[in-house]
Parts: sequence; structure tokens; C-alpha cells
Amino acid sequence: MNSRLLIRGGRVVDPSQSIDALRDVLVADGVVAEMGERIELPEGAREIDAKGLVVTPGLLDVHVHLREPGGEHKETIASGARAAAAGGFTAVCAMPNTDPVVDAPAGVGFVLAQGAAARAARVYPLGAISVGQKGQGLAAIGEMVAAGAVGITDDGNPVMDSGLMRKALEYAQAFDIPVADHPEDLGLSGVGVMNEGLTATRLGLHGKPNASEDVHVIRDLLLAALTGGRIHLQHISTAFGVGAIRRAKARGVHVTAEASPHHLILTDERVEGFDTDAKMNPPLRSAEDRDAVREGLADGTLDVFATDHAPHHYDEKERAFADAPNGIVGLETALGLGLTQLVGEGLIDLPTLIQRMSVGPAEAFGLPGGTLTPGSPGDVTIIDLEEAWTVDRHAFLSKSRNTPFDGWPLKGRAVYTIVGGVIVWQAAG
Amino acid sequence: MNPSAPFLGKDLVGLGSLSAQQILSILNTAEPFKEISERRIKKVPVLRGKTIVNLFFEASTRTRTSFEFAEKRLSADTVNIGSSGSSVVKGETLVDTARNLEAMRIDMVVIRHASSGAAKFLAERIPSNVINAGDGSHEHPTQALLDMLTIRDQCGEIAGLKVCLVGDILHSRVARSNIYGLLALGAEVAVCGPKTLLPRGIAGLGVTVFSRIEEAIQWADVLNVLRLQLERMEAGFLPSLREYNQVWGVSCAKLERAPKDVVILHPGPMNRGVEIDSDVADGPHAMILRQVTNGVAVRMAVLYLLAGGAPDTAEAAKGGGEV
Repeated sequence: MNSRLLIRGGRVVDPSQSIDALRDVLVADGVVAEMGERIELPEGAREIDAKGLVVTPGLLDVHVHLREPGGEHKETIASGARAAAAGGFTAVCAMPNTDPVVDAPAGVGFVLAQGAAARAARVYPLGAISVGQKGQGLAAIGEMVAAGAVGITDDGNPVMDSGLMRKALEYAQAFDIPVADHPEDLGLSGVGVMNEGLTATRLGLHGKPNASEDVHVIRDLLLAALTGGRIHLQHISTAFGVGAIRRAKARGVHVTAEASPHHLILTDERVEGFDTDAKMNPPLRSAEDRDAVREGLADGTLDVFATDHAPHHYDEKERAFADAPNGIVGLETALGLGLTQLVGEGLIDLPTLIQRMSVGPAEAFGLPGGTLTPGSPGDVTIIDLEEAWTVDRHAFLSKSRNTPFDGWPLKGRAVYTIVGGVIVWQAAG
Repeated sequence: MNPSAPFLGKDLVGLGSLSAQQILSILNTAEPFKEISERRIKKVPVLRGKTIVNLFFEASTRTRTSFEFAEKRLSADTVNIGSSGSSVVKGETLVDTARNLEAMRIDMVVIRHASSGAAKFLAERIPSNVINAGDGSHEHPTQALLDMLTIRDQCGEIAGLKVCLVGDILHSRVARSNIYGLLALGAEVAVCGPKTLLPRGIAGLGVTVFSRIEEAIQWADVLNVLRLQLERMEAGFLPSLREYNQVWGVSCAKLERAPKDVVILHPGPMNRGVEIDSDVADGPHAMILRQVTNGVAVRMAVLYLLAGGAPDTAEAAKGGGEV
């Protein structure tokens, strides 16, 4: 049992303290003990030589679907937590749209227990907004928070009743948790299965217009302003949405928002050929939308880089496009994609990416961590920026393989993932 | 295992991926096959020994029967599978159904399915030739081919003609295949219908958009009048059938104002008094039954070409011998 771990000589990138410099980091008894230019190796401590590597606060992913209970053929909490660790994440937030839905404290306790047993990334449960995510009465929000839920969301079943959303934003304030919403007007989405536009028209697939997302983005911003509540807008995919959030932040609305790797990198043209691994919700949009999401992530309008990791069994994706479920896995590709496609292409710098994956999400959900200040959790990610690798879906620790990025050459990946001072994942070789 | 047909490739999934040359050659190949259906003994041995499965996950009378006649008149052995009463209703997936058929050593599958992309999905997963008989709102290539053959019979050249598709473009695979095929052959193409039934960005395919039937009639040499699915009313795309008929229905009264005779096509089945009035459907410019006759010839041509036949030996192939 290593109770002390010295990470020696790495380039520490800790945006919470605006640090980007060579530092040693000492983790002791599960927390960050010290950071300095030269720390003596304490007796009995283990040392990691981080020369040439980047040392960051443990990365956080506030949007993952771990499928347990009810969808264990797609993912379990254990397999998802291991996949997270392999992707450099030290903690994830588990969406409550399982079967049964996590809408009561017992479900929260189950997710926490399974997460702890996995001994990989930490797993923070989110609870449902409404009972059964049916969009009617409020779920047991206070009890779930007492049991360990860090926020509430009906992700997967957008809250269509604006009155209910108002009540959720009001009620949640007593517990200082965010209300996370998948903004989508189901009436406008109709039977749409991809972005509305020329590609959908050509393929004969029904489209969802940007407006189906934008209408609920605006609604949620209005309700956050009305109630003073904290709204967290998930996976923003439209140019209008980014602009609306930017303006709301300037007015002082308590809003945080996410961008997902696929919306930052791909466009709806990727659906050409009916590839079900390009089917997700919200759908891949136009190049103009993608560029606006990039801009939003760069300027901080979008606070969080989150995967919306959505595993599905290959049988479920092996269908005609309209019949396949939404979503792609993301935990094991997000960091490499961010480093290669965003930092590597000069769209954002490294500290900005790390900010959106550490202190950004930590602040949005009030999570411990996201920083290497002494006394904070001993969660650290060590990254090799130079390692070139190729995405191989068959090498994933996730139980699912549904990714549009299979075969992509990437540069940069996590080589150590450390949770509470314990190495939970280490790259081979 | 079928060798890939040298001329069309392994499958016919849509016209969007075919060249003008390929489309023209299918039409030209259909010409000699027309005559087979006029014989007293309507059978030639072109596909003798070939096994073809007609896999219809959606109800169809005309298309399925047309394919079946085409197959039988070319001496293929055929099996029809519908979704009701088959393993499909027992929960078997599309790919498992196809692989099981494949295991019985078939040569071709003709598939109709409610989901766009289903034909391509199947084509990528089994070695048999796959013919798309309509996939969702995506493509229905043999329908567009028979439409074009009929237009060509009636008007001569397709290049330079003005063809307008009328009605529910949003849900129409017939419209998309016609748009791709006609544009490839150099026609000018327009669409006309209520905006609720026009897909967004349709002009990006290279077509003109009319919102009123009167404008379309002024412009067109050919109107291809699409069937209005009655479900569209329930889904709120339109207020009523009566209103649809008044505004977008094709009637003699509206056609009389055209500067020239307009050729009328309809892929069937017709809703008389809705998208087309009986005076038009039964009138001298309606080519609707001609389309049905041509459908058999076009499907023979496609089967022949996918089986490895060459366009210029179609005439000889009728006389005997297999592909």
C-alpha cells in the first residue's frame, strides 16, 4: 500500500491555480500534500518519474451513461469506471436513466457502492429530476442529495413541462446542486433521427432542426433567470445555443454548459452512408454549428468538455439508421481527441482543455477535485503529449464499441490515472 | 456467391450513386425485355437456376408483383417473404433474416423496408445481389427507372425536359430516386407541394421548388403526381384531404390552363379525388398503366444486369442461354 506518491519533474498544468510549470507533486494519505519545484522523496514513498510528461488535476467527465442497473450488456459501473480510468478520468458523473431510473436514495446508494467496488475512477451519481424520468412529479431530490447525488437530470427524457422545470430549479436551490438538462423540444424533433439539412434530405432520413434544441436552451435560461437556480445545459450543439448562453452569462444567469467531443469535431456529413456510429442526440450538426461550439469552448461560454459516453451493444447499433439507438462511447477517446483535434489543431491551448476537463466541471457540479491545491483529493492524471496511437475499438475497456473514431490516429494520451493517491490505471510499456 | 456484376456492381441500392451512363444503359436494356411480356408464352431462360427472395417488410402489391413477374418471366426461382407470418414478427433482426436466407444459398434479394438505408445495410452484409424495392424515404430506384422509361417512350429524349414531382416529397423515396435519375440524365426537375411536406434544403439537390400547383403546371412537360399517404392528415401535415385536393390536386380544370399538353405519371396506388382527379387519371395524357407495364421490363433489365448480363447482349440473351 503506497500511502505516499511523489510525482517527480513533470510539467504541471493546473488551471485552478494558473500554474503551467515544472513541479513535483506529493500525494499523501489520499490527498495532495504539497506541490513545489523540488520535493525530497519522503521515506517509503513511491516515485513516478514524470519528466517529459504533463501532470494535471484528475480529469472529470460529468456526462456518462454507465447503464447499470438494467443495461449491463452495454456497460457496468465497474467496466465504465475502468474505461474512464484508461481514458485519464479520475471521476465521472453517472446519468440516472438506467432501468430502474435512479430517482430515490436507494439507487444513489447502489451506484456509489458499485463505483467504490470498481476501484477505478470515482463515480458520482446524478439523480432524476422527475419520478421515473416521466416528467411529472419531482423525484426525491433532497433524499438523493443526502445519499450522495451531486445533481439532478432527466437526460434521455427531456423535461417537456416547463412548469416542472421551474419547480426543479427552485427546489434544487435548497441543496446547492445544479439541474442538468438535455435541451430538446420533442415536438419539434418529431420523428427526426439526425440533423435537419441537406444530408438528411439526401438520405431520406427525418431531421431534427436546430430549433428543437434552441427553444429549450432559451427556456432553461429564462427559467434560471426567473428562479435564480443553477442550470447546467448538456451537450450544446448549435451556434444559436452557444450565443444564447454567452449572453445569459453576461447577464449573470447561473448557467454552465457542456461541449462533447463529437460536436466539436464532426458534422452531419458523417452520417452519409447511414453509419449508426454517427447517430447521437443531439445530432451532429453543420460545420457552422461545430465552429461555434469550438468557439464557445475556447472562450469559456461552454465550461465543460464532457463525453456523453453512451455505450450500446453492437447488436443494437447493427440496424438500419432510424432503428438504431442514439449515442457513442467516449471515455477512452476524449482526451486523445481533445489533444489532437483541438489543441493539436490550435483551436484551444493545453491549459484551456485541461481547465474544461478539471476545474470547469468540478465547479459546475460542486465536485471535490479538479485542482492540485494542497488538501484536495489525491486525484492526478499524467499525460504523454507525444504518444502517437490509433483508436482501436476492440481494445476498449468499455463493454461497448460504438465509436465513429475507430482507426483515427491520435497524439497524446493518459499514461497514469491516480485516484486518492492510488494508481488505478497505467499505460502498458 | 455471386460474382459482382461488371456493369452495375453487386447491388442496386439507389440511383444517387449511379452514373448517367449506367442509368441510360438500364433503360436501353429494358427495351428488348418489353417484348417478352407481349408473347403468348411469357418466359425466357435468362435467369434459369437463379434463386431470388422477395423480402418485403412493408406491404406492397404493385412492386412485389412486378418483381415477381419479372423474375418468373426470366425463369428464376422465387420465394416471397412478407413481414406478417414470418420470423420478422418473432423478433428476428434484419441481418439475421438475411443471413439465414443466405445460408440456403440464394442469389438475389429484393428488399422493401420501412427504414431508410435498409437496402444498403443488407447489401454490405451479404454476398447476394441486393435490389432496393424501396427503403423508407430514401430511394426506390426501379420505380424511378420505370418512370423515366415511360417519359422517354412518350417524349423521346429526357435531357432538357421539365419534370415536376408533386405532393409529399418529404416522405417519398420515389421523389428522391426520380430527382437523382432525372438530373443525371439532364432533365430539369422541380418539386411542388405544401411546405410541410417538402424536406428542408431540397433546393440543395438541384431542383426548383414551387409552392402552388398552378406554377408547376405552367412550367412542366411532365407531372409525376405522388400518392398522398392518408396518415399525413393524422400527423397534422395537412388540414384535410378536401383542401389538399383543392390546392394541390391535379385536375383537368387546372391542366387546361397549361400552355401545352402535360404528361401525367403516378406511381400508384392512386387516391382518386385527392392528389389526382379521375378526369386526369383516365385521360389521354395519363401514362399510369404504361408505367406499370414498363415496370416489369425495367425490373427484368435490372435482374439481368445484376446477374452479370451486358446491356448490348440483352436481345440475344432472350433467345436462350443463361447469363
